[in-house]
Amino acid sequence: MPRLKANLSHLSHLFLPLSVLLILIVINLVKGADYFSITMVNGAFYGNIPNILFGASELVILSIGMALVTAASQGQDISIGENATITSAVFVLFVLNAGEVTLFTILAGFLISCVAGLVIGAFNGALVSVFKVQPMVATLILFMGGRSIAFMIDGKLSPILANDISNQIGTVIPGVPIQTPTILTAVFIAIVAVVLKTTNLRLYVEAVGINPSAARLNGINPKKIIFLTFLIMGFCAAVAGFIAVNKAGRHDSVNLLKFIMMDAILAVAIGGNSLSGGKFNLTGSIIGAYTIEMLNRTLLRLEVETETIKAFKAVFIIILMVIASPVVRVFASKVLDKAKTLVASYSIRKIGGLNNAVVSNTDTSGKKEE
Amino acid sequence: MSENILKMEGISKSFPGVKALHNVDFVLRKGEIHALMGENGAGKSTLIKIITGVYQKDAGQIILDGRPVLFKSPQDAQNKGIGTVFQEIALCPNLTVAENMFIGRSQNPFVQWKQMNAKAAQMLSSLGIPASPTQELSSCSIAVQQMIAIARAVDMDCKILILDEPTSSLDEDEVKKLFELMRELKGRGVGIIFITHFIDQVYEISDRITVLRNGELIGEYQTAALPQIELISKMMGKALSDVSKIKKQEPLKSDSSVPVFEAMTLSSAAGVRPFNFTIQKGEVNGFAGLLGSGRSESVRAIFAADKVTGGEVKMKGKRVKIKTPLNAMKQGIGYLPEDRKGDGIIAELSVRDNIILALQVMKGFFRPLSRKQAEEFSNQYIEKLSIKTPSIDTPIKSLSGGNQQKVILARWLLTHPMFLILDEPTRGIDVGTKVEIQKLVLGLAEEGMSLTFISSEIDEMLRTCSRMIVIKDREIVGELSGMNLTEHDVMQAIAQGGERICQG
Amino acid sequence: MGTLNTAKPKIRLSNSNLLFIIAGIIFVLMYGFALISFPGSFMQFQTFFDLFNLNAALFIMTLGLCIVMIVGGIDISIGAVCGLVTMACAMLLESNMGNVWGALLLALGIGIAFGLLHGYLIAYLEIQPFIITLAGLFLAQGLLTTLHKDPINVTMPAFVALRDFTIVIPWLGTQNRLGVFIPCEIKLGVIVVVVLVVIFAVLMKWSRFGRNVYAVGGNSQSARMLGINVKKTIFFSYVICGLTAGIAGFVFIMTTGAGNIGNGASFEMKAIASNVIGGILLNGGVGNLLGAPIGTLTLLTINELIRAAGVQSNFQAIVSGLLLYLFIVLQSIVMSLRGRSKFRLALPPWLKPHLLQGKKKAENQG
Repeated sequence: MPRLKANLSHLSHLFLPLSVLLILIVINLVKGADYFSITMVNGAFYGNIPNILFGASELVILSIGMALVTAASQGQDISIGENATITSAVFVLFVLNAGEVTLFTILAGFLISCVAGLVIGAFNGALVSVFKVQPMVATLILFMGGRSIAFMIDGKLSPILANDISNQIGTVIPGVPIQTPTILTAVFIAIVAVVLKTTNLRLYVEAVGINPSAARLNGINPKKIIFLTFLIMGFCAAVAGFIAVNKAGRHDSVNLLKFIMMDAILAVAIGGNSLSGGKFNLTGSIIGAYTIEMLNRTLLRLEVETETIKAFKAVFIIILMVIASPVVRVFASKVLDKAKTLVASYSIRKIGGLNNAVVSNTDTSGKKEE
Repeated sequence: MSENILKMEGISKSFPGVKALHNVDFVLRKGEIHALMGENGAGKSTLIKIITGVYQKDAGQIILDGRPVLFKSPQDAQNKGIGTVFQEIALCPNLTVAENMFIGRSQNPFVQWKQMNAKAAQMLSSLGIPASPTQELSSCSIAVQQMIAIARAVDMDCKILILDEPTSSLDEDEVKKLFELMRELKGRGVGIIFITHFIDQVYEISDRITVLRNGELIGEYQTAALPQIELISKMMGKALSDVSKIKKQEPLKSDSSVPVFEAMTLSSAAGVRPFNFTIQKGEVNGFAGLLGSGRSESVRAIFAADKVTGGEVKMKGKRVKIKTPLNAMKQGIGYLPEDRKGDGIIAELSVRDNIILALQVMKGFFRPLSRKQAEEFSNQYIEKLSIKTPSIDTPIKSLSGGNQQKVILARWLLTHPMFLILDEPTRGIDVGTKVEIQKLVLGLAEEGMSLTFISSEIDEMLRTCSRMIVIKDREIVGELSGMNLTEHDVMQAIAQGGERICQG
Repeated sequence: MGTLNTAKPKIRLSNSNLLFIIAGIIFVLMYGFALISFPGSFMQFQTFFDLFNLNAALFIMTLGLCIVMIVGGIDISIGAVCGLVTMACAMLLESNMGNVWGALLLALGIGIAFGLLHGYLIAYLEIQPFIITLAGLFLAQGLLTTLHKDPINVTMPAFVALRDFTIVIPWLGTQNRLGVFIPCEIKLGVIVVVVLVVIFAVLMKWSRFGRNVYAVGGNSQSARMLGINVKKTIFFSYVICGLTAGIAGFVFIMTTGAGNIGNGASFEMKAIASNVIGGILLNGGVGNLLGAPIGTLTLLTINELIRAAGVQSNFQAIVSGLLLYLFIVLQSIVMSLRGRSKFRLALPPWLKPHLLQGKKKAENQG
């Protein structure tokens, strides 16, 4: 019985993203009942669902990193889009200067961009863990200056990645019906799942996020764990940047993954994670990411302008923050308690009232309960 | 000046599950310095919070200047003449001295600097405070800042001044200055409630002493007529618990009598004087001392919970480096912290995760326990220690205090330490569990574990420890051993220990 | 009373004033350096006045932000709000119903609206100011581009007259290349700046609210114990900041004459930098309001110097950022030399993670 309860409570954590997803599906079905139709175009699946999976690839990966960073350091990393831009600039620089482009070149370029990602992660991680700067402000530095750094790397010329392999990575490998980015994301999720199973990452991160001093007294080094989550985030940024630049076919320092941090924060929050750290839920974050992608596409389908979407999202974040704020939580629990006692007293009254009605039929207009 | 300015009769106050004050009386006379004393949980701070309007009493009467009164809020108490100076100075360091004395008191939308400075200068000189009205508060020493906080209270015509641990961060000269100010105020008829754990200071400055213990009034005494040892005994006396006969063990003399753990001139950033400490296999020893004397800081230094600043440590005769808690754990030391909520439990994590945590960290990042193993261990200790929990997945914050403590205990027992430090393991726990834990300690010692047991209740330590280290004012002042130690012995050691002799 | 030493101790300069004086000295040095290095452009009085004429909006924003920073908070939405106001006013003025007063009211209204939102969420719901004002920034940007994507030139005559309004100083001026004497001009925006500086300086030094702002910024717990309504103080600080962002927007469009989606972009960083240079500590509680305009002047001078020295536009931001970090470190050194604590980077409360553990330890002393 406890095992069943545990599973049910796990599902209840997914309540928020699943319900938002459900609402979106309903809206889309109303707009056009063929929402779920999937066709084959050029040997690959095509339709709303495959497109959502395809479009959200980078966001899912970044949301996983964001969930970890939020859990351990009790704050958010707002430089993820810029970090991905820098790492993908490194990748493009390598590939374009490598002469003939083979699978090996692509792989080598990818690995080098991962190293760049780790360096960036180390920079942010050091600021947060050693200098105790709040994550959102520490990452503000790269948020502001990251794209300029990427500019310097790619020479401001928006270089074009026009080789076969990139094309295949960005869209589809011939003969495989699922788009490559979707596959890459699935592989990434699998790797993360394996890591969680074979290491104590979850226990350490959650302990540090909930109570760093207690974690310390149990032998965990909170600084190292926080630093590690930022390294992971850097790696996630590198992978996301790799997918994004291959999708686009060119490296655009200005627009690549612009403002994706808002989507990532939203995905993590919708996924049931507390933005002030502690326990984290990766499944929820992943579902949250796909939900955000669906939200974006639904809004576009409803003909809301791209720029206005930003305003909507901002309002959404504000609402989430308000709900998560301690003051509101205390207020809500007080209201709930009052509601409970009201319901309890109402049901007692009802029973009492029935008895009264049986006993006497005199009017009750003026009578008040004791 | 023997008029009563404050008379509290039959004050009771309860919180869910805890009776903080039960039928307590307290009398403060005009122009007297009255020390309020008691250990942790005695009810001192609750009583003060009732006087300052933070809490409302459940029962009893408060008579201020002959008239019954109710302190509805801190603002209300302030208006009625209660001035409080807190341990952490409640002033703004970036404002001037004069501003700190007057800000927040007037409704005038404009600031009148000239008048304010003049008034401040007057008050400062009349109280003999060496500060200028226009200097920034942060440029004054802590002692002077405290005096300015007092000056503010005095300027607000306080009849009663409450000083909460005012001397914790002062040196000897500054304490002298503070006492002079207190005497000056006493001469003006202000009633001063002085809360401190420095017994010597109590004897130096106070006229009368009120002792609370476990939420009850033990008594009110003339300072001059109460010997120090009696005061200590009243503060720490027998706990109201029914105790079954527990037999202490003679510490197992291991063959080489090399101590399991030995520390030499160990010091830490938390401010304990460098101390030596040894413990043998199978021995249970305790640290006896009043609150604030440095017991927790000493054992934390052993575990490297605070930064170690000097000294050497040996495990079984071999020199080892213990710089972090993980080092200590790997050497076989375990530490159950005093602050269960802040340093012990990881609130949102499950009972199972809390139990396996320390063992897991010792195994390392890349060797997670299998789910099955974790469950087995948890169930094993839930049974062994009779931990009451709906399931092993329940978040630990839902458990009662006593059961939470048992979980933390389970956590450390699971690591099978050679040397286990228990800092206040029985605080805030029901009587039955207290006894269980004491029995457990003896059982573990019998099996060969070395334990250090710290408790504010001396009789608990006496029942389990064969050696008591006496600590006072942040240094070790003595050591007592033997099978027949009494509370009197311990209290005498505390009272007489150290170079300083009290001046009655 | 006997042995107490009642001799008056040496009164040293308050932290706020010391930093202000340092800021002033730095400005004079910078400007002096500019005069020496580029006499051609800097020697003219008009250059100095142009610093005000062309950047009046930044000066105004910096003033409002100064108050928020002293109270210990931050508002990074002000640049975007300024931009939003310019577009909104431009649209109103170009429509048939628009008049100058209407536009002014609209500007103030938008600014106050944002100020109320931020103030309420931060002061009463205790949400982190950084997140809320970041969301406010995105909200303002989103609204801005939703309103109108292309620039709008304001051609309404009344407004153009306002824009062209200049005060001429006949006795100061320069000879241009053709030998004609051109007297110095001051635009209307400068008047607004001067008026606001005076009002705010009086507010911070002589009003109860101003002193409460300092108290809350210095130690908000103590301020509460001293009887100050901390929440109200924080609330009104943000409202004032929003209001100045609105005024800045109106002055901006008065200066440039057009609504543009790029208006005000990254002004918040410049405003923060200006305040920091002007001696307002990121920590909160320390800073002289007059330091805000001085800091702005210094920042603008430095930017001019960088530009005149031929540094590429891409690197300008990096150089300014580096200088900013330099100032923060300098301030921290000064503050630690004065105080008793060891060297610590002066970080504000909104930068540090929630310090709940530390508080608990202090409470655990029975």
